Amino acid sequence: MQEMMEKRALELLADGTVNRVLGWSVGEFPYDMTPAVFRSAEDLKDRFVYNDFCGANLSKYLIKESKGEGKILVFLKPCDTYSFNQLIAEHRIKRENVYVIGIECYGKADVEKLKAMGLSGITGIQMKNGEYVVETVYGNKTVKASDATAERCLSCKSKKHVVFDELIGEDGDVVEDCNRFDMVEKLEAMTPDERFAFWRGELSRCIRCNACRNVCPACSCEQCVFDNPNSGVAQKAAVNSFEENMFHIIRAFHVAGRCTDCGECSRVCPQHIPLHLLNRKFIKDMNEFYGEYQAGADPDARPPLGTYTKGDREPNEGGNK
Amino acid sequence: MQRIGVFICHCGTNIAGTVDVKAVAEALGHEAGVVFSTEYQYMCSESGQQLMRKAIREHKLTGVVVCSCSPRMHEATFRKAASLEGINPYMVEIANIREHVSWIHKDMKEATEKAIILGRAAIAKVHLNQPLQAGESPVTKRALVIGGGIAGIQTALDIAEAGFEVDIVEKSPTIGGKMAQLDKTFPTLDCAACILTPKMVDAGQNEKIKIFAYSEVEAVKGYVGNFNVSIRRKARYVDETKCTGCGLCTEKCPQKKVPNEFNMGMNNRHAIYIPFAQAVPKVATIDADYCMMLKTGKCGICSKVCGAGAIDYKQQDEVIERQYGAIVAATGFNPIDAKAYNEYGYATCPDVVTSLELERLMNAAGPTNGTLLRPSDNEHPHTVVFVQCVGSRCTETDERGKPYCSKICCMYTAKHAMLIREKYPDTDVYVFYIDVRTPGKNFDEFYRRAVEQYGVHYIKGMVGKVTQNGKQLRVQASDLLAGEQLHIDADLVVLATAIEPDKTARSIATMLTASMDTNDFFTEAHPKLRPVESPTAGIFLSGVCQGPKDIPETVSQASACAAKVIGVLAKDKLTCNPCVAQSDEMLCNGCSSCEKVCPYGAISYSDKEFRGPNRTTLIRRVASVNPAVCQGCGACTVACPSGAMDLKGFSNKQIMAEVDAICQ
Ligand SMILES: Cc1cc2nc3c(=O)[nH]c(=O)nc-3n(C[C@H](O)[C@H](O)[C@H](O)COP(=O)(O)OP(=O)(O)OC[C@H]3O[C@@H](n4cnc5c(N)ncnc54)[C@H](O)[C@@H]3O)c2cc1C
Ligand code: SF4
Ligand code: SF4
Ligand code: SF4
Ligand code: SF4
Ligand code: SF4
Repeated sequence: MQEMMEKRALELLADGTVNRVLGWSVGEFPYDMTPAVFRSAEDLKDRFVYNDFCGANLSKYLIKESKGEGKILVFLKPCDTYSFNQLIAEHRIKRENVYVIGIECYGKADVEKLKAMGLSGITGIQMKNGEYVVETVYGNKTVKASDATAERCLSCKSKKHVVFDELIGEDGDVVEDCNRFDMVEKLEAMTPDERFAFWRGELSRCIRCNACRNVCPACSCEQCVFDNPNSGVAQKAAVNSFEENMFHIIRAFHVAGRCTDCGECSRVCPQHIPLHLLNRKFIKDMNEFYGEYQAGADPDARPPLGTYTKGDREPNEGGNK
Repeated sequence: MQRIGVFICHCGTNIAGTVDVKAVAEALGHEAGVVFSTEYQYMCSESGQQLMRKAIREHKLTGVVVCSCSPRMHEATFRKAASLEGINPYMVEIANIREHVSWIHKDMKEATEKAIILGRAAIAKVHLNQPLQAGESPVTKRALVIGGGIAGIQTALDIAEAGFEVDIVEKSPTIGGKMAQLDKTFPTLDCAACILTPKMVDAGQNEKIKIFAYSEVEAVKGYVGNFNVSIRRKARYVDETKCTGCGLCTEKCPQKKVPNEFNMGMNNRHAIYIPFAQAVPKVATIDADYCMMLKTGKCGICSKVCGAGAIDYKQQDEVIERQYGAIVAATGFNPIDAKAYNEYGYATCPDVVTSLELERLMNAAGPTNGTLLRPSDNEHPHTVVFVQCVGSRCTETDERGKPYCSKICCMYTAKHAMLIREKYPDTDVYVFYIDVRTPGKNFDEFYRRAVEQYGVHYIKGMVGKVTQNGKQLRVQASDLLAGEQLHIDADLVVLATAIEPDKTARSIATMLTASMDTNDFFTEAHPKLRPVESPTAGIFLSGVCQGPKDIPETVSQASACAAKVIGVLAKDKLTCNPCVAQSDEMLCNGCSSCEKVCPYGAISYSDKEFRGPNRTTLIRRVASVNPAVCQGCGACTVACPSGAMDLKGFSNKQIMAEVDAICQ
């Protein structure tokens, strides 16, 4: 895969279709694949990497990058294309300045899972015959793919690229039975007190590093309310620990109807807070109230929370807690 | 720092009876920024206002908080008083301690505490208030009336009389509404057509009135003074400008088996038809569901016989756009479907009819040419039973019926009973009722005449069951006063079915952003004091769409509604509400969230240059609000994720300050 992608990127750079490439390169650790912009063929050959640690969604970087001179090439996995479309819908990306190559994806590895299995000194990963071959300084280790696949990929909602200029690999379908609401249903079945305790427990670990917000393609504000002293909410967090939790509740409301369920927020959280459950609860409720809607599936669709239709539920009709 | 004055109103004992007003004045007097705090018996009275003005002068106040009744009552009064002393009117805030406190609480201690808290919230808000200037917007001097029943016709005639243009949009091929289907009308028994059709003709001929019949409102944009409405003119397949209404086509059309809706389906019409002789506009319409030419391309007879060349099988729906200063909802009502009432046999027995069907059976232009004949065998009925309150006054759990009283049925049944006894004295007439409700001028006299003079048998009790029994109908009922069960063999049973708002009313309300009650009747801005206005500025209500009414009441309301519309159209400019939204371009993402939710289309976008880091320039898409179009609804401010959009006079900060003051 990496060779094919690199080859195609070099061609597009050479024929002038694009003048830079957004992809991944090795970050602080060999398994820590970080988004990077490559401005020349040499740079690309030098640093470009694509493997099963490349989970990071590149679409948000295009807000800045699509404003530059000339076209930029970007590689998008199926789930990333939803984020890309959503950003198009919000006028945050200049579509005409981006050349999208959709790449096939069968799930990415979660390095934390590998570490939990006792693997250390990880230097690389390869998929062979449906199994991960993990390269470590102590030699190669073979791991069952499903044991090391990231949670979000196990409940992947779609293998379909909703937008692309060309594809490398196969295009898939929307996954109908992805079971992504299973855990939400469990939460719904709890009593309000149990649920409150659950969330207080989870959120109490938050260190307010802001990683979730910073990585989130829906959180693309010029200036986030939490960074704006005039908003009246920025300073609130310090008041007490519940106000601190409000950060997540406010953020969940802000991304409601715009969150594509890309799962980046949970992926980057150093405290392993299952933030995706908050978003999925919103998605599930909206589906039930206003009909199925997938943010980013269609950039021209009217978002359920931003549209009023005659058949809308009345507030008193309630839902599932 | 503001210098705030606080004024607590007793409202006689309305507030002071439950709230310790002295304690409130004392407590609020200690709030930061408050330099004056007092209470008074009636703040809204002339002397109350003088007291406020004097305090503003003497204490050099910059802001005012009045703890009194709802701002809907006296906000304007207090703003005006303050502005006479040179304070911007928007520096006045009202804490509603009457509707929100004294009227809903009994315990003085708790009520007083709540009044103090609400006062504190208002003070917190005033600290952040900014002086605001109201702008002006022009008024389109034309009104739209939706629905051409007697209500819509009367409203349109009155508006036109005052010299303004008015359009009527009517969904059926002719104006007239239900009244056109009635025979005689209570309480004077004059013929409905004789009093209605002159008005229809007036409306048709009036230069100021344009009738868009067979048309529907499709979209409404804008705001009071400046509505932009899309009207769908449905294809009639007849050129309205050419058709003379001669009716030749309607006689020659070979498709004669179309249920005639004007006669409640009790006889047939042709596929091309004019609903009734006095229709306005008197233009033929082709029913596309039945026309053989339109369905199979074979026929074309009407086109051959039409001397005016008016038939146009290729006609298409046309959507036109018109501008209006005010809009009137006059969408009227329909009887509910009586089929749900199995026990009365409506669906199965042909001789069980609704009251509106009876109107047609007694009407000279009806299916029986005005002779009362029963539908099954065209025989004279000799025993007629009326069942009152079918589907009216039902308990909330009854899925089939309505909780309200339909108001007109007692009177029209008395009318029907009387007319039958008058014309056919050999007929026995029974009326089963829960109560007879006849409040209205000359109404009770009318009903008593039916009982005393015409010998109609009024029996208090409900009908349990109606079944076919040979040629007759077997009516099982109870007589509550005599305490016995009755069996009557009747020839005709008439159901006084409840009325409900037209099914299209809800979508109209949505387009107009007008509110409705749970029964889909339009709600008025105030049930007592603003009965013909909807809470949405520029939207007015006429006729049964607002609640059950008879003709006299409909017509008075229609004229009242016209007066209100004229009040808007007579102005050259309307003062705009200065509490409009505004976007902070530095924060705006240009994401369009706000634009998508704005019901008035007030938000637009432009690319603007901003200073980027390192002396670069950045071009960003940012939102801006047209203050003349914005209605200050605030939808955009909650849709905006970054807080760039804010509402003047109700800023996020002001609201947060109020919440904080309450939770303090
Ligand atoms: C059986 C019966 C007998 C009655 N007898 C009497 C009587 O003797 N005396 C008396 O005072 N009252 C009587 N009434 C009451 C009387 O009929 C009403 O008071 C009167 O018709 C109300 O007029 P309206 O214009 O509000 O409604 P309607 O007559 O219902 O007119 C509404 C009009 O709006 C049109 N419309 C509806 N929706 C739309 C839309 N979305 N777009 C465009 N057009 C639309 C309809 O087609 C209709 O033409 C009787 C009623 C009934 C049912
Ligand atoms: S909230 Fe999380 S899942 Fe949703 S779009 Fe943002 S990062 Fe992705
Ligand atoms: S939390 Fe809200 S304001 Fe902050 S970046 Fe996300 S959407 Fe924007
Ligand atoms: S990434 Fe995790 S720890 Fe950091 S702010 Fe978000 S939830 Fe809190
Ligand atoms: S407040 Fe916002 S949404 Fe409401 S009318 Fe004004 S601009 Fe539109
Ligand atoms: S919602 Fe807010 S950020 Fe988005 S365009 Fe409107 S003002 Fe700008």
